[in-house]
Amino acid sequence: MKFLKFILAGILFGIVMSKSEAISWYRIQEMFRFQAFHMYGIIGTAVTLAALLTYTIKKYKLRDIQGNPIIFTDKEKSVARYLIGGTVFGLGWALIGACPGPLFVNLGHGYWPILVAIFGGLVGTYAYGLFQNKLPH
Amino acid sequence: MLELIKQPWPWYTSGIVIVLVMAILLFFGKSFGFSSNFRTICAACGAGKNVKFFDFNWKAQTWNLMFLIGAIIGGFISNEFLSNGEAVQISQATIQDLQAIGFAAPQGLQPEEIFSTEALFSLKGFLILLGGGFLIGFGSRYGGGCTSGHAISGLSNLQLPSLIAVIGFFIGGLVMTHLLLPLIF
Repeated sequence: MKFLKFILAGILFGIVMSKSEAISWYRIQEMFRFQAFHMYGIIGTAVTLAALLTYTIKKYKLRDIQGNPIIFTDKEKSVARYLIGGTVFGLGWALIGACPGPLFVNLGHGYWPILVAIFGGLVGTYAYGLFQNKLPH
Repeated sequence: MLELIKQPWPWYTSGIVIVLVMAILLFFGKSFGFSSNFRTICAACGAGKNVKFFDFNWKAQTWNLMFLIGAIIGGFISNEFLSNGEAVQISQATIQDLQAIGFAAPQGLQPEEIFSTEALFSLKGFLILLGGGFLIGFGSRYGGGCTSGHAISGLSNLQLPSLIAVIGFFIGGLVMTHLLLPLIF
C-alpha cells in the first residue's frame, strides 16, 4: 500500500478545497471581480506558509523519508511561454471556475458534466504536445 | 462538532491545509503540482507513440494519479457527509454582476447554468465545458504549471517564471470575466 499516503493526501486536499469553497465557480468569479477577500486569503495564506516551509527545508537541508535531500528545481528562464500559457490557462480558469485540481474534486461532488471539461483538458494537453515545437517558448 | 464541520470553513483553514498537503508530498519525495496529471493520462493512453512529448516513463507519476483519485474521493466525502447543502455566500456585488449576465443567485456550490445536465446537452453548454477544459489543459502545459505548481509551489520558492505565469493567469481571468463572459452568456 505504498500509494495509500498519496490517496489520503488527495482526500485531504479534496475536502479542504470543497469546504473552503475554492472549487466553486462563484468564488472564482468573485475573485476575478475583486469583490471579496476570500480567495486572496486562501492563496495568500498558502503562499506565505509554503514560503516558510520552503525556506526552512532549504536552510536546515531537510531530507525526505528515504533520506534524500528535498530539492526545489528552478524553473527555466523565459517570459513568452509563462505569459502566453498563463493567459490561456486564466481564460479557461475563469470560464469553468475550476483549475485542474478542482475539476476532479467537483467530479467527486457528482457534477458529471465536468467530465467534458476534463476531456477538454486532455485534448488541450495533447494539442500542446503536438504543437510544442511550433510555439514560442 | 459535526455541525461546525458541515458549515463552510473560513479561508485561513484552507491555506494551512493546502500547505500541509504540500509538506506531506515533499516529505515523501514528491512535489505539489496537479496539472501534470493530464500529461500522464495522455501518456498512459498511448499518446507517446505519436508525440514525443508524451514518450516518458509515466508510471513514475502513478503517485500523482493516486493523489488525483484521492481528490475525487475527497469531493465525494465532502458532498455526502460534510455538507449542509447551503448556497455559497458570495458578495452581493458579485450576485448583482452575475445577474446582469443572466446567472441566478447561487443555489448551491455551482451554477446550474454551466454544470447541470440540461446545460451539458445544449450545444452552447457543451462547447463551453469542452472549450474551457481545452484552455485549461493547453494553457497549463504551455505555461508549465497551474495554480498548485506555479501560484503555490513556484511563488513560495520565489521563482520569477511562476510570478510571470500568475500574472498571465490574471490577464486571462480578467479578460474572460469582464470582456468575454458577457458575450458568451
